[in-house]
Amino acid sequence: MPDWLLNFPDTISLNIQDPINNAIDYVLIHWEAFFDGFSAFLRALLNAVGAVINIIPWWLLIALVFVLTLKMTKKPARAVFYAALLFFIGTIGLWSMMYQTLTIIITSVLISLLLGFPLGILISFSKKSYAVVRPVLDTMQTMPSFVYLIPAVMFFGLGNNPAVIATTIYAIPPIVRLTCHGIQQVDAEVVEAAKAFGSTKIQTLVKVQIPQAMPTIMTGVNQTIMMAIAMVVTCSMIGARGLGAEVISGINRLDSGRGFAAGIAIVIIAIVIDRLTQGIFKKDGDAQ
Amino acid sequence: MKTSDSDAIIKVENLYKLYGSNKAAARKMLSRGASKEEIAKATGVTVAVNDISFSVKRGEIYVLIGLSGSGKSTVVRCLNMLNRPTSGKVFFDGNELETLGKKELLKFRRENISMVFQSFGLMSHRDVISNVAYGLEVRGVKKEERERRAMEMIAMVGLEGWERSSIASLSGGMRQRVGLARALANDPDVLLMDEPFSALDPLVRRDMQFELLTIQKKLNKTIVFITHDINEAFKLGNTVSIMKDGRIIQTATPEEMAANPADAYVEEFINSADKSQIYFVKHIMQTPDCLIHSRDGVANALQQMKRNSLSSAYVVDDDMDFVGILPLDQAMRVKAHEITFPEAIVRDLPTTTPETQIADLFTIAANAKYPIAVVDENNRFCGIVSKAAVIGSLT
Repeated sequence: MPDWLLNFPDTISLNIQDPINNAIDYVLIHWEAFFDGFSAFLRALLNAVGAVINIIPWWLLIALVFVLTLKMTKKPARAVFYAALLFFIGTIGLWSMMYQTLTIIITSVLISLLLGFPLGILISFSKKSYAVVRPVLDTMQTMPSFVYLIPAVMFFGLGNNPAVIATTIYAIPPIVRLTCHGIQQVDAEVVEAAKAFGSTKIQTLVKVQIPQAMPTIMTGVNQTIMMAIAMVVTCSMIGARGLGAEVISGINRLDSGRGFAAGIAIVIIAIVIDRLTQGIFKKDGDAQ
Repeated sequence: MKTSDSDAIIKVENLYKLYGSNKAAARKMLSRGASKEEIAKATGVTVAVNDISFSVKRGEIYVLIGLSGSGKSTVVRCLNMLNRPTSGKVFFDGNELETLGKKELLKFRRENISMVFQSFGLMSHRDVISNVAYGLEVRGVKKEERERRAMEMIAMVGLEGWERSSIASLSGGMRQRVGLARALANDPDVLLMDEPFSALDPLVRRDMQFELLTIQKKLNKTIVFITHDINEAFKLGNTVSIMKDGRIIQTATPEEMAANPADAYVEEFINSADKSQIYFVKHIMQTPDCLIHSRDGVANALQQMKRNSLSSAYVVDDDMDFVGILPLDQAMRVKAHEITFPEAIVRDLPTTTPETQIADLFTIAANAKYPIAVVDENNRFCGIVSKAAVIGSLT
C-alpha cells in the first residue's frame, strides 16, 4: 500500500500560522490608535464599576444579600446562610480580593449584555444574520480561551483590560443565543394579535415580544454571569487581579491552602450570584 | 353594480394566496385548471386560496366554513393584511387595502378592524385590563381613558371583578371573553373571528355563541366568522360560505343552503351537523336530588322525596351499584304493607354510560318515564340525565 494512503501526505500542507501572525501584527501596527482608545475606555469603565463597588462597605453587601434572599425565597434560614457564606470570605482575608474580582466580572457582564441583548434581538428577526452570527458564537464558545489570551495581551497589555475582553468573548454567547431563542419562541398568535391591533414593529417588540421572552432572556443573563465567573482564574494568567491571582500564586508557590481559600471564595460568589439571579426569574415566572 | 354593493363593507375579488417560490408556474397551471395536488407535486407551491370572491354586508355575520386546510384562516388574514394576497383585491369601504401605505394600514388596523384568535392570542405578561386596552394603548390613548373604555368592554363580556387578574388564572371561556373584549375595545367596524370558540368545551361554546349574538345585536358590528362547525355556522351566520381546497363552493343563507345544497360535498357537510356536535352524556349529567340505599327503610325514602318535592327516588346498593327507581306510589304501597320494599323497586330500566353520545340517547329519552340513570362500566351509579337535558342539547 502506498505511503500516502497510510499517512497524511506531507506534500499537501497549508500554513495558517504565519498569516494569522501577520494579520495580528498588521492590526497591532495600523490600529494602534483604536486599541489605545479602546483600552482607555475599558480602564475608565473598570474604574467606574470599581468605584461603585468600593463604596459599598462589607456589612452593607452582606445585609443586601440577606435582604434580597429573604425577599425572593421567603426563607430566613437561606438568607442567613448566604450572608454567612459572604462573611466567611471576609474572615479568610479575601474581602478586597473579592471586590477586585467582582469589578472584572461585573464590567464584563455589562459589556456582554449591552452588546449581546441587541444582537440577539437582531438575529431573531433575520435568518441571514443568524446564519452569520451562529458559527461565530459556536467558535467563541468552543475555542479554548487560552488561545485568545495571547492576542488579548498583545492588543490590550497585561492586567484587567485584556481580562475583560477575554471574559466578554467567553461570556457573551448565552445572552445572544437565549435572547434570540426567547423572541423566536414567543407564541406566533400573540405576535399576530399585536400586529392585528395595529402595533408598529417597535411596539410589538417592546410591548409584546421582549416581555414574553423575558424568562428566557433572564436565563441568558444568568448563564452569562456564570460564564464570566468561570473565567476568573484563566484571566489571572494575563494579570487580572483578585481571587484568580490568589489561586495562581497558590499554585506557583505550591501553597495548596492559599489556592483552596481563593477557590472556595470563587465558589461562594458563584453560588450566591446564581441563586439570587435565579430568584429574580422565578419571581417573573410566577407573575405570569 | 353600485347599488347592490353600496351596503357591502368588505369586498373580495379574485383573491389568490400561494405559498412557495415558483408562483408563476403555479399560476399557469391554475389557469389551465390543474388541481391543488397536481400543482403541489409539479411546482412545490401550495395553493391556499384559489380565486375567491365575496362581499360582506354592513352589520351582518358572515361565516366562512370549511375543514382545516381549506384556506379559510388564510382568507380572513387577507382582510387585515396579516397575509398579503398573491393577487386579487380586497376592498374595505371601497378602498383597496393593497394600496394603503404603512401608516394607513396601521390606522386601518387600529380603528376599523380587529381580530379574535383561536388560541386567544392573549399576552400572558399583562393582566386582563391591559390586554383589553392593548389596542387603545398602541393607538396612543391616555391611560385613564383606555382603562375606562376597557372596563366597559370587560363589563359587557361579563368579567367584572376579574380586570386585575392574570391571564393564567382564567378558564378557556373567560380567556376568550378577554379576547372578545380586546377586539371590541377599539370600537372597530369589522370583527374578524378565526375559530374563536373551537378551543372551548361544548357547553361553554354554546354560551359564547349566545353571548356573541347578544353583543352583535347591541353593537351592530359586522362580523366575519371562521368555523369548521356547521351547527355554529348556521346558528350565527346571516350568510354562510362553504370552502373546500381554497375555493368557495357555495354562498347562501343557512336556509337556502340547507334546502338547496350546491353539491354532494355541501350536503354531506350539512348532514354531518348532528354527528359533528359530539356531546357526551357526561356533559349534561346531573346528580340526583333523591338517592337512597337499598338497605334504607321506605320511611327515609318518603322523607327524602317529600323534602325534594320529587315523585321518585334512585336506589343504589352499598357499592353504589345502580339498583332501580322507587316511585312514590310504590313507596306508599310499601308503607301500607301491600308489598315489600324490594318488590316496590322498579328494575330493568334503561341505563346509559357517561361516554355515550347524546344523539344515541334520543329515542330512549323520548320514551323514558323517569330521568335515565347513568352508570359506568362496573354498573356504578354516576348520575342522571333528564329528558329535557337530552332534547335541549340537540337543538
